[in-house]
Amino acid sequence: MYAYDELDRTLINERVSEFRDQVKRRLSGELTEDEFKMLRLQNGVYLQLHAYMFRVAIPYGTLSSRQLRQLAHVARRYDRGYGHFTTRQNIQFNWIKLAELPDALADLAEVGIHAMQTSGNNTRNVTSDQWAGVAPGEIEDPRIWSEILRQYTTLHPEFSFLPRKFKFAITASAHDRAAIKIHDIGLRLHKNAQGETGFEVMVGGGLGRTPFIAKTIRTFVHGSDLLSYVEAIMRVYNQYGRRDNIYKARIKILVHELGIERFAQEVEEEWQQIRDGALKLDDSVVEEIRSRFTYPAYEKLAHMPDELRKAAHDPHFEAWRRNSVFPHKVTGYAIVTLSLKPVGGPPGDATADQMDALADLADKYSFGEIRVGHEQNLALPHVARRDLPALWKALDKIGLATPNVNLVSDIIACPGLDYCSLANARSIPIAQELTRRFSNHDTANLIGRLHINISGCINACGHHHVGHIGILGVEKNGEEFYQITIGGRADENAQLGSLVGPAVPYAEVADVIEDIVEAYLALRASPDELFVDSVKRLGVEPFRERVYATR
Amino acid sequence: MTSPLEQKKIKITGPSVVTANRTWDGIVVYRTPEQGWSAKLADAAIVRTSDDARALLAESVADDVGAIGAYIAPVEVRDGGAIEPGNLREQIRSAGLTIGLPVQA
Repeated sequence: MYAYDELDRTLINERVSEFRDQVKRRLSGELTEDEFKMLRLQNGVYLQLHAYMFRVAIPYGTLSSRQLRQLAHVARRYDRGYGHFTTRQNIQFNWIKLAELPDALADLAEVGIHAMQTSGNNTRNVTSDQWAGVAPGEIEDPRIWSEILRQYTTLHPEFSFLPRKFKFAITASAHDRAAIKIHDIGLRLHKNAQGETGFEVMVGGGLGRTPFIAKTIRTFVHGSDLLSYVEAIMRVYNQYGRRDNIYKARIKILVHELGIERFAQEVEEEWQQIRDGALKLDDSVVEEIRSRFTYPAYEKLAHMPDELRKAAHDPHFEAWRRNSVFPHKVTGYAIVTLSLKPVGGPPGDATADQMDALADLADKYSFGEIRVGHEQNLALPHVARRDLPALWKALDKIGLATPNVNLVSDIIACPGLDYCSLANARSIPIAQELTRRFSNHDTANLIGRLHINISGCINACGHHHVGHIGILGVEKNGEEFYQITIGGRADENAQLGSLVGPAVPYAEVADVIEDIVEAYLALRASPDELFVDSVKRLGVEPFRERVYATR
Repeated sequence: MTSPLEQKKIKITGPSVVTANRTWDGIVVYRTPEQGWSAKLADAAIVRTSDDARALLAESVADDVGAIGAYIAPVEVRDGGAIEPGNLREQIRSAGLTIGLPVQA
C-alpha cells in the first residue's frame, strides 16, 4: 500500500471544503448549473438517468481494507447499499444526492480517498496491472510509476483543461492486464539491451466512436525522463488537439491525422527543450515514493501445503481454484481473483455487505489489501496457499466465489440504458441473460477463455471493440439493436474486433452469441485453441455463415 | 454546453412533456402546469405544438435551482387520459431500472 503524506491529506481535505461550499452555493442558486457543472465534474459527479452518479478514484486499483469498509459505508449511508466497479478501476455510486455529496466526500477523505481525476477534460485516474507488485516475472512494481504520474498530473494547471479527457495505463509484465494499448498513453516497463529499466511509450490508443490501438512512439524512455517525455506528448496534444469538435478531440485523432512519425517528431522537438529541466526525476525522488509503498512481511511457506492437498479432493473447490487462483512471486502465496459476475447478476456490482465482509477477509488472509481490475473483478493479492480452502468457503458464503474468471460468463458490461444518460441500449440485462445461458460450469470450461464485452453506446465504456466477442447497443427506430464483433482483444496483442454481420434485436442477442460459441466449438483446431485464436486463423466469414445462414 | 433553448429547431410530432432531474437529489421530475416540478409523470404539463413546447422548456430551464438538464420528451396519452412515456429511455426514467437492484429496498 502507498501511504499518503501530509500534502496529499491537505489537498484532499481542502477539496472537500471547496466542494461543500460549491454545493451550498449551487443549492442556494448563487451558482447556476452551467457554472457548477465543471466543478461537480471535477469531483466525479455526473448526472445520469435517475440520479447523480458519483465516481470515486481508486488509484492503480489498490485499496486497503479500511478504505473498502469506507466505500461500503458510503454505499450504505448515502446510496442504495451497493457500488459498481468500472473498467478503469474506479467505483461508482448511482443514487447519491447532491446535497449529501460533501458529507460522502468528507467520509472518504478520512481514509485518503477522493474523486479527483475521475471526470472532466484532464488527466484521469492512472490505472495499472491489478497484480502489480505480486506478479511473477514483473520488471518492478508499476504502481511506483503510477503514483509518480498521479502526483505529477493531479491538478496540473497546464493539463486540467485539455481538449478532452486523457488516460494513462501502466504495466510491468509481459502479459498486459492493464489494457495499455487502448489508452491515450500506455506505458510498458521493460529492460533494454543494456539491462536498464525504462518504458516503451505508446500513444493514441482509445475506443469510443473512433477506436485505435496505441502506436509505439518510443521504444525506450529512461525512468528519469518519464515525466519530461509524457509532458512533451501532452504539450503537443494541448497545442494541436482539436477543441472545435468533441468527437475529434482525443489524442488518438491527432496521432492518426498527423501520422505517428510526424507526431513523434513534434514530441521529440518539444522534449529536447525540456528533458533536462525541472521534470528530470532524481533517483532520490523515485526512492522516496518507492519507500512510501509498504509490502507484506511474507512468511516462508510451502508451495503445496497439506490444507491445499486435502481440499483438492473437493471438485467445487478445485473448480474455483483452477479459474480464480494465480501464481504469486513469493513461494507459498497466491493471487486470488474474486468474480463480480455471479450468474444473473450485474457485472461489477458489489453490495456494502460484501465489501465489509471482503475487507474482513482481506485483513485475515491478504495483509489487508484488495485490488480492482479493469475487468470489473476484485483480487486479494497476498493469500497464503494454505489458506485457500478456508478463504474459498468464506467467499462462497458472501457470493464472491463464482468460478468463472476469464470464462464466457466473466463479462465486462457498462451500466447501459438502465443507468446511463448517454446509452442507446441496455447492457446489463444482456449480460445477465448470457451468464444464465452459460451458467453450466463444465460447458464454460469446455469453451475456455472467452471475453465478452458489452457497451450500451458508441462511447464504449464496456470496451466492446476489444472483447473476444464485442456487443454494442445501438438504437434503430426506437428499438434496441446490437452490433456484434469478434476477434478483439485488449492484451499485449491488442486488436479491434470485426463486425460479424447486421445488428440484431435485443431478443436475439443471446441466441446469436450461443451460435457464435457453438461455431467456435465446431471449428477450433483443438481444445487448446482459444476462441480469439480461432477467429484469427479463420477470419470472420465462417462465423458469419453459421450465425446468419438461418436468420 | 448548448442550452436547450439554443437548439433552433424544437419540433415535436406528438404530445410531449418537459422532464429534468431535481437539483438537490437528482430524481426524475416533470414540469407541471403550475410551473413546478413533480416526480409523477401523471402530473406533467402536456404540450402538443412546437411553440408550446418551446415555451414550456424555456420556463423550465429558467428554474435551474429546482431541476437541471431539462428537455422535451415524447409521451403517449391513452384514451382515459393516462400519460405513458414515449420511448424506452423515458420508460426507464419513469418506471426505474429494468433489472433488480443488487440490494432490495
